[in-house]
Amino acid sequence: MDDLYRENIIDHYRHPRNKGHLDHPDIRYHDVNPFCGDEITIELKLDGDRIVEAAFDGKGCAISQASASMLTEEVIGKTLDEVKAMSKDDILEMLGIPIGPVRMKCALLALKVLKAGVWGLEEWPE
Amino acid sequence: MSVMTATLPPAAAVRSVADIRRDFPILAREVHGRPLTYLDNTASSQKPIQVIEAMNRYYREMHANVHRGVHFLSETATAAYENARLRVARFINAPHPKQIIFTRNTTESLNLVAYSWGRAHLKPGDEVLITEMEHHSNIVPWQLVCEMTGATLRYVPITATGELDFEALPRLLTERTKVFAFTAMSNVLGTINPVAELVAQAHAVGAIAVVDGAQSVPHLATDVQALDVDFLAFSSHKMLGPTGIGVLYGRRSLLEAMPPFLGGGDMIREVKMSGSRWNELPYKFEAGTPAIAEAIGLAAAIEYLEGLGMDWVGAHERELTTYAWNRLHEVEGLRILGPEPARRGGLLAFVLGDIHPHDVAAILDQDGIAVRAGHHCAQPIHDHFGLVATTRASFYIYNTPEEIDRLVLGLYKAKALFDL
Ligand SMILES: Cc1ncc(COP(=O)(O)O)c(C=O)c1O
Repeated sequence: MDDLYRENIIDHYRHPRNKGHLDHPDIRYHDVNPFCGDEITIELKLDGDRIVEAAFDGKGCAISQASASMLTEEVIGKTLDEVKAMSKDDILEMLGIPIGPVRMKCALLALKVLKAGVWGLEEWPE
Repeated sequence: MSVMTATLPPAAAVRSVADIRRDFPILAREVHGRPLTYLDNTASSQKPIQVIEAMNRYYREMHANVHRGVHFLSETATAAYENARLRVARFINAPHPKQIIFTRNTTESLNLVAYSWGRAHLKPGDEVLITEMEHHSNIVPWQLVCEMTGATLRYVPITATGELDFEALPRLLTERTKVFAFTAMSNVLGTINPVAELVAQAHAVGAIAVVDGAQSVPHLATDVQALDVDFLAFSSHKMLGPTGIGVLYGRRSLLEAMPPFLGGGDMIREVKMSGSRWNELPYKFEAGTPAIAEAIGLAAAIEYLEGLGMDWVGAHERELTTYAWNRLHEVEGLRILGPEPARRGGLLAFVLGDIHPHDVAAILDQDGIAVRAGHHCAQPIHDHFGLVATTRASFYIYNTPEEIDRLVLGLYKAKALFDL
């Protein structure tokens, strides 16, 4: 159990980084994981094509929310192309815990939201 | 019928739970190096060796298609399949086995009623009444049929304790109501509804009563004649039987007047290029080759439950539920949904502080404890209580107080981990 809920996961869950909203974000995207009811919104502020500020808001399980918190820290300073190149493995490495098939959707929701925003997808109307 | 006399002895009337557990091979296994603590019975129960063996024996010794052959095996398989129907009929005290229709599960049974009866009878201005505590399988088919027919769907609200709001009922159940469809026991709140009383109220306004028995039939003695229900749906896999087979019981006059649900082989009397005539009950509603081994497995499950006695099953679960209710209330920050043990079945859905139910379930899983986390296919209930999900522990004949102690220990672990 200590595997899945390492201290850094609980820490990011209990004390999320970059949680909240940006004034006038350049990119904003929101999505849900209907299976669990996890919800994440990510907002980015750009300087050219470089991310200078990132924020997330959401609710859900520790894995999904810790993943979003860590991801916002990770992407600040990256270019949009660098974000587009990020993969599932990058997230799993960032989380540093073994994720089974059932929780994979929770772990990857933040990346999904981030990428959809960066690729310029329109938000799905609720 | 000789084909159904299993080689294994039927369960004795009074047995210890330890003895019962020995009939369930899966309960001896370990999960993550810990003994399995299976507390997800509301989703699906485990199977005793008597059921597994009955199905094996069927495939080893009796298999052929039913109702079609004149050869020995086909007759043997047909007899076993029809005998299973008879057992189901007796188990719920149906007047005639013709009124037992084999489906895939509760969901298909409810769809059958909604599509076949609903499309033939509902029209604009009519109302279908369901409740806020239904499983999605007793909501979505009615939503679809109301859309198709122009009928209006209404919901009986629930109270703060998770019971039907009986004060709101007279306003909602009117001469416009053509169907009142409700669950006999909620799979989230545990609430046991007063089925006979609700059926009588439906009949008083001329509505038919459709009962979702997915959670009640496995746990409580059921008498469709005493309850006077028009339709009752349930699933084999929640009552020790295999997946892939479910039951729809229906009042004979209603079933006879209904058009078929699915078309194909077995359900016809005569097929001409210009049209077809339907077979008699129950075959009119059983198109294609049915789940034969599964029907036989279900019959073995019923035999097993009857061996224990449904009164014993109910009493055992009430005892466990009361114990679990008390133990869970010791855990600070834990909140259980639904009424107190005297008015509920053997399941407890709860929230533990602000820990997400998926995290609770994942932490328990590491100790080999299987519980369910999510909305349990009942989103309206969760919306009502402002929750996205709950954690649910649910009990059956083989569960013990020690397993509930393990659950409680696991919950303390989760609290410690999350600093709650
Ligand atoms: C109250 C209730 N109704 C219907 C169902 C659906 O059963 P099945 O999935 O076997 O069709 C369930 C099972 O989850 C249930 O608990």
